[in-house]
Amino acid sequence: MHFRRIVKFISSRRCREVNPKNFYMKSTMLLGTRKGFIAYHSEKGRWKVENLSFEGEPVSIAYADARSGTWWAALDHGHWGVKLHRSNDRGKSWEETTAPAYPQGEEIKDGVKAYTRYIWSIANGGKSYQSRLWIGTDPGGLFVSEDAGNNFELVRSLWDHPSRKQNWFGGGRDQPGIHSVVVDPRKEDHVFIGISCAGVFETEDAGKTWNVRNKGLRADFLPDPQSNVGHDPHILVAAPTDPDVLWQQNHCGIFRSIDGAKTWQDISEPEGPARFGFGIAVADDNPDQAWVCPANSDTTRTAIKGALCICRTDDGGKSWKILRNGLPQENCFDIVYRHALASSGDAVAFGSTTGNLFFSADRGESWQTLNNYLPMVYSLQFAD
Amino acid sequence: MAIVKFTYALEKFFPGIRAIPANGNTLREVLNEVEAKYPKIQNYLLDDQGKLRDHVNIFIDGNLINDRAGLSDAFSPNSEIYIIQALSGG
Repeated sequence: MHFRRIVKFISSRRCREVNPKNFYMKSTMLLGTRKGFIAYHSEKGRWKVENLSFEGEPVSIAYADARSGTWWAALDHGHWGVKLHRSNDRGKSWEETTAPAYPQGEEIKDGVKAYTRYIWSIANGGKSYQSRLWIGTDPGGLFVSEDAGNNFELVRSLWDHPSRKQNWFGGGRDQPGIHSVVVDPRKEDHVFIGISCAGVFETEDAGKTWNVRNKGLRADFLPDPQSNVGHDPHILVAAPTDPDVLWQQNHCGIFRSIDGAKTWQDISEPEGPARFGFGIAVADDNPDQAWVCPANSDTTRTAIKGALCICRTDDGGKSWKILRNGLPQENCFDIVYRHALASSGDAVAFGSTTGNLFFSADRGESWQTLNNYLPMVYSLQFAD
Repeated sequence: MAIVKFTYALEKFFPGIRAIPANGNTLREVLNEVEAKYPKIQNYLLDDQGKLRDHVNIFIDGNLINDRAGLSDAFSPNSEIYIIQALSGG
């Protein structure tokens, strides 16, 4: 067989059978930090900084759209408001686009005007909608673009949801915020969002109508912990190999659903470290495997007993393994923000509030420090 | 004709930004002229509802404006309108 034909044959077999690309470690890490956008690239097993952009500016989310390779930087200028930039050349040059904006007259509450205070999540709309992009914001508005991010429109049905003004409130930020947008790869009009504080909402028609999906969650901070709305999912993710399996690190524990968020089960360790935290990551190839970054309770928000650990479950949350090898075990104050933990193949990485960046090539069994001197890390994403 | 001056901090986003004369009769009209000269600058100065951002200040002849939402503060053809950032740490 001719060499090119052999390569094509092997490639096509791989795509059809297991699509192994999904299980390989992606070679880029994008970091959104308090002082800039930082891209690391792995070459021959060594991670090096490939790009630093927007030095000095807070980057709430650094995001790579896997469909196009476009990098996005959501900036949170202290003085000048929220801005959105994109790059099609891996950060060599950037173009400012029009950030999501609330229509004239919109209010968070009666008498409180709405404007985009923070971009808290970016997600592409999937392969069926190549130009669709979702953005979640503080103060609770979800925006969608159907032209590859040139223009964004407020998703009116969610903004006008009868629960919003009465039952949504701030959690982690002063106003309600959408920090998670999870697109179902099997039917890309099917989307889950996570709101702090409101909970998990689901649309099956690309945002025309919404279902509340909080059954089984517990909001210990509310007068009624089983309230329909008012929960605080710190982050919501779906298992890539089974999108009906959803996980959330919640303010009140770790919860998992195996029925597409119709019901949630508490899978926290009652007395163990895998309970309170912010980030959660699910394995590319196993819907039962996930990692969390435990922190002390919400009263201190520090590393537990001054020592940093990651917890991994391999059985859907029935049990958790504590992973400490290579992580600081004394005088440590690091915690990990909700978007700053990610996995890719066998790799797991996280950035901390005190500017440490840790990497594991073996699913968390051992860790190496990539940097001790970064700014506070807000987001981390693996990318090609 | 009033003169509009800008904080040096805006130079990072609008390279070469310089003071400009403005004909507008209201601050809103003046800011529209500034936008025409430096496209997108209003997004930096005003929020989605057209209110002056919390950490941006405008001085007219040395006095901080009062009406941050309506931008109705009066000025004269000889006024100096100074757009600055509020100082903050971190």
